[in-house]
Amino acid sequence: MAEFDSSTELVAAAERIRDAGYTKTDAFSPFPIHELDKALGIKRSILPYLVFGGGILGLLSGLGLQYFTHVIDYPIIVGGRPYFSLPSFVPPAYELTILLASFAAVLGMLFLNGLPKPYHPVFNVPRFNLAMREKFFLVIEREDPKFDYEETRSLMEDLNAQEVFEVDE
Amino acid sequence: MQDLKEIQRKIYPPMVEGDHNYGSVTDKISDITLKKRTPFGWFIGFGIAFLVAQSLLFTAIYLVTTGVGIWGNNQPVDWAFPIINFVWWIGIGHAGTLISAILLLMNQKWRTSINRFAEAMTLFAVACAGMFPVLHTGRPWLAYWLLPYPNTMGMWPQFRSPLMWDVFAVSTYATVSLLFWYVGLIPDLATLRDRAKNKYFKVVYGLLSWGWRGSARHWHRYEIAYLLLAGLSTPLVLSVHSIVSLDFSVAQLPGWHATIFPPYFVAGAIFAGFAMVLILTIPLRVWYNMKDLITDTHLVYMGKVMLATGMIVVYGYAMEAFFAWYSGAQYEVFMMYNRMWDGPYWWSYWLLILCNGISIQFLWFKRFRESAFWLFIISVVVSVGMWLERFVIIVTSLQRDFLPSSWGMYAPTMFDWSMYIGTIGFFFALIFLFVRMLPVISIFEVRALLPDAEVDHHVKDQKAVEGAVEG
Repeated sequence: MAEFDSSTELVAAAERIRDAGYTKTDAFSPFPIHELDKALGIKRSILPYLVFGGGILGLLSGLGLQYFTHVIDYPIIVGGRPYFSLPSFVPPAYELTILLASFAAVLGMLFLNGLPKPYHPVFNVPRFNLAMREKFFLVIEREDPKFDYEETRSLMEDLNAQEVFEVDE
Repeated sequence: MQDLKEIQRKIYPPMVEGDHNYGSVTDKISDITLKKRTPFGWFIGFGIAFLVAQSLLFTAIYLVTTGVGIWGNNQPVDWAFPIINFVWWIGIGHAGTLISAILLLMNQKWRTSINRFAEAMTLFAVACAGMFPVLHTGRPWLAYWLLPYPNTMGMWPQFRSPLMWDVFAVSTYATVSLLFWYVGLIPDLATLRDRAKNKYFKVVYGLLSWGWRGSARHWHRYEIAYLLLAGLSTPLVLSVHSIVSLDFSVAQLPGWHATIFPPYFVAGAIFAGFAMVLILTIPLRVWYNMKDLITDTHLVYMGKVMLATGMIVVYGYAMEAFFAWYSGAQYEVFMMYNRMWDGPYWWSYWLLILCNGISIQFLWFKRFRESAFWLFIISVVVSVGMWLERFVIIVTSLQRDFLPSSWGMYAPTMFDWSMYIGTIGFFFALIFLFVRMLPVISIFEVRALLPDAEVDHHVKDQKAVEGAVEG
């Protein structure tokens, strides 16, 4: 794990380890940095599809609920409207669409991120409690196929980093 | 070059003033929460708000043990304070979502230092709003009857009714606002976890932050989720007050049955909400010495939004009167005449025009727009005005409808007032607790606003060249 002072340095370093062929890498920053997606080769998340699925599910369950209650289970004429009064059924279905899509967005994000995760090896580095404050960190994992202790260490030290740490598992 | 910078500063005023870096903004915002000593003023403010909130508690107990007869609602004005206050509170909440969602989609950077605060305001306002319809049922313990669930009575809620739409709209709104607010809080809770000295707070903030560690892969999904939530909240917030307005306009009562209601209500909601945001931020930034984060520019922008939405509302008033006249329907014409001139509540209409129409005209002038004092005064006046708007719409329309034999008068009782004032105390008590316990400004978003945060491509290229040479 290498520590940096600025987002610019972090992105430059991330690009170098990517070009060196490392794939099991990660960066940590106190705010989102869009350039990192490209620098680390992060693939676009499937989250938007989950959200779309959540929305469709909400829409169908909203319409299904109203169809079942007002057409099948308890048909009754109110205000001279047909059993299946679509215009009146739009608002609840619309709200349920948004509700389930929002849940999909939040729960999907947490699930894909593997959260909650109260313990993670990076927390073992004492300096890491500055990660959500002002410092930037770059990690190459030991599981990386290209990982070789000597070589990786010398590459990390060559990145203009403030300091390089080893992370205990 | 200097001039160019000057001009640039005029067009795009900086959203963070003073000499700040990542660490100093983090400390400044999180210290409000983390420092051991609670300021004395906080106790005074919270104490007053908490005392006022007791009037809500007592009224609710008396109401539940006695019945809704303690209120002034009666034929022909059955819908009075409970719905006036419900709509007023829900409307106030709308500014929070506008700031957090719509301004995010429009890439308005000035939203950053006020969004957290405004979202909290939304949640608390919706909590206050929700109490009125639930207590108005008279038997709040049966409020779950509003939900569609299979029951032994074999009955279902009536989905053709706007009141049922309201249940879905408001509950979805409360839930999604809570999700949005919480997702925004996660990285900041992680900051508090790392900075907290007290062991117990560390654990609590740690649990609430779900082990967030600022990984680039997490940020990537986080930003997608946040943007999608903003995209979902935008149609949601517009639908909520539209549906609230349909509670009225689907009815055939003159004064309610108007097609302009949905957009006019939405504009009014944002108008009222910005007034409340100003009422809260102006003292907050003075007490906590945060003028560098919530700058004068922020206040000016909020003043401008208030003026713009206020003018839409004024257009709504003009159109209501015009439609009544242009329809040629005698009941419509009479309703407007009764509301403006001849009826017993004519004064409320003109007070409304004074509060919402006249007072905001001062915002055209820089002198008022740029003065925190005047913005505060105008915001208070507008809050009163928006309450009066609902009073006018509800009471003057109901009290004299088609049949003169069923005309009547309405007067609130002391319990109408004690409940309304009680919710105001409850709202402010929650705001005080929020300010003490959670970061009032989104720390990670403010960090991203600092000039250093932007990745400097020039430097990067240079580094790459240097690296290549060395390598």
